[in-house]
Amino acid sequence: MTGLNKSTHSMELKEKLLSSFMVMEQDVDLAAPVHDLRTESLKTFEQLGFPTKKEEAWKYTSLAKLLKKDYSVFPKKETTLELKDVKKYFLYEIDSYKVVFIDGVYSPFLSDTTHDGIDVCLLSAALDKPKYKAVIDKYFNQVAKKDDSLTALNTSFAREGAYIYIPKSVVAEKPIQIIHFSTGEQGDFMLQPRSLVVAEENAQVQIIERHQSLSAHAVLTNAVTEIFAEQNAIIDYYKIQNDRDDASLVDNTYISQQRDSNVKVHTFSFGGQLTRNNLNFYQEGEHIDSTMKGITIIEDQQHVDHYTLVNHAQPNCESHQDYKGIYAGKAVGVFNGKIYVDQIAQKTNAFQQNNNILLDDKATINTKPQLEIFADDVKCSHGCTIGQLDEDALFYLRSRGIPKKEAKGLLTYAFANNVLESVAIPALKTRINKLIANKLGVDLGHDL
Amino acid sequence: MLTVKDLHASVEEKEILKGINLQVNPGEVHAIMGPNGSGKSTLSTVIAGHEDYEVENGSINFDGEDLAELDAEERAHKGIFLSFQYPVEIPGVTVTNFIKTAINASRKAQGLEDMPANEMLKKIREKAALLEIDSKFLSRSLNEGFSGGEKKRNEIFQMAMLEPKLAILDETDSGLDIDALKIVANGVNKLKSKDNAVVVITHYQRLLDYIVPDFVHVLYNGRIVKSGTKELAHELEAKGYDWIKQEHA
Repeated sequence: MTGLNKSTHSMELKEKLLSSFMVMEQDVDLAAPVHDLRTESLKTFEQLGFPTKKEEAWKYTSLAKLLKKDYSVFPKKETTLELKDVKKYFLYEIDSYKVVFIDGVYSPFLSDTTHDGIDVCLLSAALDKPKYKAVIDKYFNQVAKKDDSLTALNTSFAREGAYIYIPKSVVAEKPIQIIHFSTGEQGDFMLQPRSLVVAEENAQVQIIERHQSLSAHAVLTNAVTEIFAEQNAIIDYYKIQNDRDDASLVDNTYISQQRDSNVKVHTFSFGGQLTRNNLNFYQEGEHIDSTMKGITIIEDQQHVDHYTLVNHAQPNCESHQDYKGIYAGKAVGVFNGKIYVDQIAQKTNAFQQNNNILLDDKATINTKPQLEIFADDVKCSHGCTIGQLDEDALFYLRSRGIPKKEAKGLLTYAFANNVLESVAIPALKTRINKLIANKLGVDLGHDL
Repeated sequence: MLTVKDLHASVEEKEILKGINLQVNPGEVHAIMGPNGSGKSTLSTVIAGHEDYEVENGSINFDGEDLAELDAEERAHKGIFLSFQYPVEIPGVTVTNFIKTAINASRKAQGLEDMPANEMLKKIREKAALLEIDSKFLSRSLNEGFSGGEKKRNEIFQMAMLEPKLAILDETDSGLDIDALKIVANGVNKLKSKDNAVVVITHYQRLLDYIVPDFVHVLYNGRIVKSGTKELAHELEAKGYDWIKQEHA
């Protein structure tokens, strides 16, 4: 009976999305090439439907419960927010560009965009204006997976999100923050932001992304971000996932790297009901460096699933993965790290590490390295550990007068700490440190 | 100050301490010696309050208070300090921040405010100088990548900062070369006063040339089988532990 219910409900959301597409069509330029893409993608989604636990890639993460909600898919009305009410979600200590959305709609009031040397603006504008046509034609939907149902769903509704373009040899002089707020004014709400980041040859940029719900209404975000690092480009991307308990996120990030480029993605998952991070790196030249790091600290019934892919398609490249997880209560963590090394990708160095601490008996972690190596001269290492806090270490701290709770916090902090070393924005590092201390319930009264 | 009476303690249902009696008064230095596996480290660990050790019988009294119901941190707040044989590495937490946290935790337990930053800094400098610790060392992650000697020196630095009434030094001499041993011993001696006491646990007599004990106890098979003055330590150094084992076989 339950099974039947599930399929009926997800069918309902699926039907709703399919019919919503026709509503959207009244509102967009049907002659634009991107619209053909939307129509095609909708067909793909219609065929595939939402992923279920029967699929290997979704074995440990079920969307069924989330799909039962009756989400609005378009905002019913425009909502504004006062900066003072949402300021804390920004990294306001530093000067930055901001691209801010409220219930999927661009907020000029909260944003700080630019076209001065670089483009930090809206994808909707880029899709419509001839000025951006060359870039859109070259990059849009080029690295996103065509046969992935949720990605296809996002593409079919792709209208709004951030558009970031850094021309050749330009260094964006301040970080860019992308924030998606959901207010609850629309009731239970489904969001499908779509962003595009292009760093041309030798360009550099730092980006911080956050999804934040502001009410107890359910939010389901199905986000797609495409990132292109051309030759010698450097991109630092930070994802802060510290949402409310009623908010869920499927994040699909696709990264295409050309030779000598360096892309780092840090994912900090401290909240939300269900978070699924599909993080895909495609190396398309030699001497590429790809880094994926994550700290997950969750409790209660929270669920975080990291599903990473590194596609080593060319020789002499590196990839580094380091994910730390701390699970309390009945929290569930999943780490699935796939490393694919093509036959021609000799001299690949691929490292993967996933270390986990279970703070409670009922917390769960499912961790699975997946190595597919077809070249013979490669260095690949992977390791995963699951453990509790070291009792002797705890005794050591307590014997110095540090109470048990703080001692546990300190040890947990120490466990996760090395992931923060590579955070290149000091104010962000401090902020994450504070979030971690807060999350672990320790107030040490000073910066660690 | 410390009164241990007929202490029986076990770990994982194995009895390690089989009736220990020990009286330590303010101003005294006691040495506890004995062969490996005699229960020396267990005694220190039980006094400091490790939860994995079960006290089956007897009592530990400190400054007139029974310690049985007190957690490790509460014992620390009362002034008991254990210098570990194998200090634990804490990446990402500097020596300075660790000691600040420890000191302020004790102060909080005593109803005091955090130690003012300038006072803390002054004290850290003073105690670091006492143990010839470089300031760079203080901003390193606690014990991470420290040599054996650095770890032990850092333990005594923490002792100097926390100013305990009773310091138990568990094999502080192991892994120390003679120069480091002298620095550590010198630090301990300078911290000694008529109001505090030191219990030195060691396998060898060498450390006792520098930290001179008032009393020497021999621990064997979970019991103190012999007590005496520093001459006993010399005798043990000369004759080894076999004669003790034979006497108590």
